[in-house]
Amino acid sequence: MSALLTSNGQAAVSDVSEEPRVLMALRGIDKGFSGVSVLKSVDLTLRAGRVHALAGENGAGKSTLMKILSGVYRYDAGTLSLRGEEVVFTTPRQAMDSRIAIIHQELNLVPGLSAGENIFLGREPRTKIGTVDWKRLHGDASRLLARLRQSLDSRTAVGELSIGQQQMVEIARALSLDAEIIIMDEPTDALTDIETGILAEVVTELRAEGRSLVLITHRLNEIFSMCDEVAVLRDGQMIHQGPTADLDEDGLIRLMVGRELAERYPFIPASLEGEVMLEVNDLTAPGVNGISFSAHSGEVLGFGGLMGAGRTELARALCGDTRISGGDVIFKGQRQQFSSPGAALAAGLVYVPEDRKQAGLILSHSVANNMSLSALPNFCGAFGRIRHGEEAAAVDQFVKSMQIKISDTAQPVDTLSGGNQQKVSLAKALMPAPELVILDEPTRGVDVGAKREIYLLINELKRQGKCILLISSEMPELLGLADRILVVADGRISGEFSRENATQEAIMTAASGLESDLSTSAAASNSTASPLSSSCNEMPI
Amino acid sequence: MSTPSSSASSARRIDMMRLLVDNKALIALALLIAVSAGLSDNFLSTDNLLNVLRQTSINAIIAMGVTFVILTAGIDLSVGAVLALTGAFAASMTAAGLSPWLSVPGTIVAGAALGAISGLFVAFGRIQAFIVTLVAMTVLRGATLVYTDGRPVSIGVSEAADSFWNLGGGYWLGVPIPIYMMFFVYVLCWGVLHHTRFGRHVYAVGGGEKVARLSGINVNRIKISVYAIAGAFAALAGAILAARLGSAQPNAGTGYELDAIAAVVIGGTSLMGGRGRIFGTLIGALVIGVLNNALNIMGVSSYYQMIAKGAVILLAVLIDSRAQK
Repeated sequence: MSALLTSNGQAAVSDVSEEPRVLMALRGIDKGFSGVSVLKSVDLTLRAGRVHALAGENGAGKSTLMKILSGVYRYDAGTLSLRGEEVVFTTPRQAMDSRIAIIHQELNLVPGLSAGENIFLGREPRTKIGTVDWKRLHGDASRLLARLRQSLDSRTAVGELSIGQQQMVEIARALSLDAEIIIMDEPTDALTDIETGILAEVVTELRAEGRSLVLITHRLNEIFSMCDEVAVLRDGQMIHQGPTADLDEDGLIRLMVGRELAERYPFIPASLEGEVMLEVNDLTAPGVNGISFSAHSGEVLGFGGLMGAGRTELARALCGDTRISGGDVIFKGQRQQFSSPGAALAAGLVYVPEDRKQAGLILSHSVANNMSLSALPNFCGAFGRIRHGEEAAAVDQFVKSMQIKISDTAQPVDTLSGGNQQKVSLAKALMPAPELVILDEPTRGVDVGAKREIYLLINELKRQGKCILLISSEMPELLGLADRILVVADGRISGEFSRENATQEAIMTAASGLESDLSTSAAASNSTASPLSSSCNEMPI
Repeated sequence: MSTPSSSASSARRIDMMRLLVDNKALIALALLIAVSAGLSDNFLSTDNLLNVLRQTSINAIIAMGVTFVILTAGIDLSVGAVLALTGAFAASMTAAGLSPWLSVPGTIVAGAALGAISGLFVAFGRIQAFIVTLVAMTVLRGATLVYTDGRPVSIGVSEAADSFWNLGGGYWLGVPIPIYMMFFVYVLCWGVLHHTRFGRHVYAVGGGEKVARLSGINVNRIKISVYAIAGAFAALAGAILAARLGSAQPNAGTGYELDAIAAVVIGGTSLMGGRGRIFGTLIGALVIGVLNNALNIMGVSSYYQMIAKGAVILLAVLIDSRAQK
C-alpha cells in the first residue's frame, strides 16, 4: 500500500509543470465512527490558486473530510501531505499553524465581542507592558475588513452584524492567520444574493493571491460560477475530481446522487377557482412597515428579498409570534389577531421556521415526539391522556408518505441528515392539517434529492387546496415554484410579479430597493418590475 | 452512510453502554445495597428498610416535583422554604381542629399557589428561575419566621391532631403512610409525564422553548404549572413532616432544595432541560437515602456523610457528561 502512495505522490509532484503547485494531497483516507465506515479510501488534491468545490448529498462525508483536513478528526488509514511533506494533525491548532483555516457552517464567533476582537481572538496584539494594543488590533482588523469590502466598524459587536457580515469576519480571521488553504462549509447558505456576489469577488481575489480554497455548497450554480475544480463524494467515496468545465449541472447531479433526477422544479399551476384565504392590509409589526397582499387557496405565493428585508418578520407577525401594531389580517374571512403561534395553529395557520435547529425541531428528542408535537391534541382523551396507538399510526403514516429515512421513530432527530430533519419539521407542521402554511427557506441545507421531494410535497399541498407562502432566498426555487412572487425590502412590498413576467434580474432590482429610487427620481423605465399598485390587486392567473 | 451488517456488533456494544449509563442510578443503588448488606447484618432487616424508605419519602416527594421544573430547564431553590411555611399552615390548621381531609388539601393548594407565584415571575417577568426562586426562598423563610414567631407550631391534642399525625407517623398493613404517599406521587408523576399532553409539553419546553412556542404550545402556562407542581409536592412533604414530628419547625426543610436537586441529577435528568425520567429521580432519592442510612449504621459521623453525598453527586454528573460524548 505504501508503494502505491509514493507513486501517487510522485505523480502529483511531476504534474507541477502544467498544473499549479499542489498544496495538499490526501491519499487513501479511511475514516469510520464506531464501526460505521464514513470515508473509504478518499483521494483529494488541493492546488494553489484554485477554487475547489466539494459536492455531494447530505451524509456523503463532506464535513467529515473537511474535519480531517482541519485537524478536528484523526483518520484511520491513508496519508495527508502538505506542501510535499507528510503531516499528521492531532489538534485543530496544528492545522491552523500550518495555515489551514476552516469556516464552519455554524459560525464560530463570540457574539458579545467586537468584530476586531473576534478576528484576533487568542492572538491579540500586545503593547510593551502586556496589555492589549487596541489601536493596532482595530487598525489591522479594519484593514482586513476593508479588503473584503466591508465598511463596518471593527468595534461593532458581532451579534449586531448580519449573517453575511459575520461570515466576512470569519474570512477576515482566516486572512489574519495568512491561511493558504481556506475551507468554507456552506458559506452562502445564509447569505443573500448580493452578499453572495461579494463573497464570489473575494474568493476570486484570494485565488489570485495563490491561495487554495475549498467550497462545500449545495448550490450548483455556485459550483459552476465560482469553482475551478469539483470533487464529488458519494457514500464516502470520491467518485470524481476534475475541472468544472468538464461537467454540466445535470452531469454533476448524476454524479452526486448516482441517478437521474427528473425536472428540477416540478411546477403545477394554481387552480383557477382558488378563493382568497388570507388578506393582509397595511400590516405593521416589528420589522414590517405596512404590507398588503392577498393569498388564495391552492396557490404558492413566493416571497423574495434580501436577508433581513422583513420576510421572516412578516411570517412571525402573521403566525402570532410577534405583536401586530397596525393593519388587518383577514384569514378565511375573519379578522384575526393571533396572540400566539398556538392560536394561529388552532385557526389553521402554521409557520415552519427557517432555523430548524433552533426553532423548528427539538434535536435531542425523538422523531415521533417532534412530529406529533403540534398535533398532540388530536390524539388526546380525557385529562390530556395520549392515545399512543393513534399517535404512532399518524407518525408512521407521515414517515411513509414523506419518505423520511429513519430506522426507528424513537431515533433522536439530531442523528438525521439535513433533508430528513427538514421533512420531520414539515411533518410536524402538517400533521394538524393546517390550511395555510408559511414555509421559511424550506430547502436550506438540504441536498438535491431531498429538495426535489420537498418541492413535490409543496405541489401536493397546493393540489389539496392549501395556501402556501413560500419564503426563499434561492431565486430559481421561487421562479420555479411560485404562482406569484412578492418582493420584500425594508419591511415593505417592493415588487409583485406574476409567474410569467418574473425574472431574476427584476426580482433582484426590487429586492435591493433600487426600483423605488428609480421611480421616485425620474426614469421609471423598469417595465418588468411593476410596483404593487391598484392594478395588481387582481390575481394574475 | 450506515452499513447495518458491519456495525451490528458495535451497535450492540453501544446499546449496552447506553443501558448501563441510563440505569446508572439503579446500578449505584444495587451496589450500595449490596455493600451495606455486607457491612451490616442489620441493614436488610424489614424495620431498617422501611426506615430508609420513610426517611427517603420526604426528599423523594420534593424531588419529583422539582423534576418537572428541571425538565423545563428551570430550577427551584424555594421548595425547602415552601415546605417550612406550608408545614406551619398545616400544623396551625390542625391545631384549630380542622380535619386532615381538609387541612392537607388546603396545604397542597397553598404550596401550589406559592410555587405559581414564582412561576409567574419566571414566565412573564422573564427573570432567571435561579434568581426568582432564590428570592422566593429568602422571602418565604422570612414569612415562616413571621408566621410562627420563630417558635414551633404544635398540632395540638385533638381528634383532628390524632388523625393528622397518621399522615407522618401512621402505618397501614405494617408499612408507614409516607411510603404510600411517595409511591402514589411517583405513579401520578409517571402517568402525567409519559402519558399526557401536559407531560409531553413539559419535555418540549425544556428541549427548546422557541420550538415549543412555534409548535403551538403555551409555554408560559407550562412554566407556571411546573413551579406550582413543585410547590404542591413540597407542601405535601411539609404536611407529612409536621405530622410526623407533631409540630412544624420554623427552620424545617433547610437545605432540602439541594437534596432534591441532587436526587434529580443522580437520577439522570439534565439540568439543561428536556431530558430525564421520573423513575430516575425516585432512584436518585433512594441512593441518597440508602447512603445516609448505611453510613449511619456504620457509625460514620454526619459530617462525613455530607462529603460522601457530594462525591456521589459528582460521580453521577461525571458519568452523564462522559456519556454525552
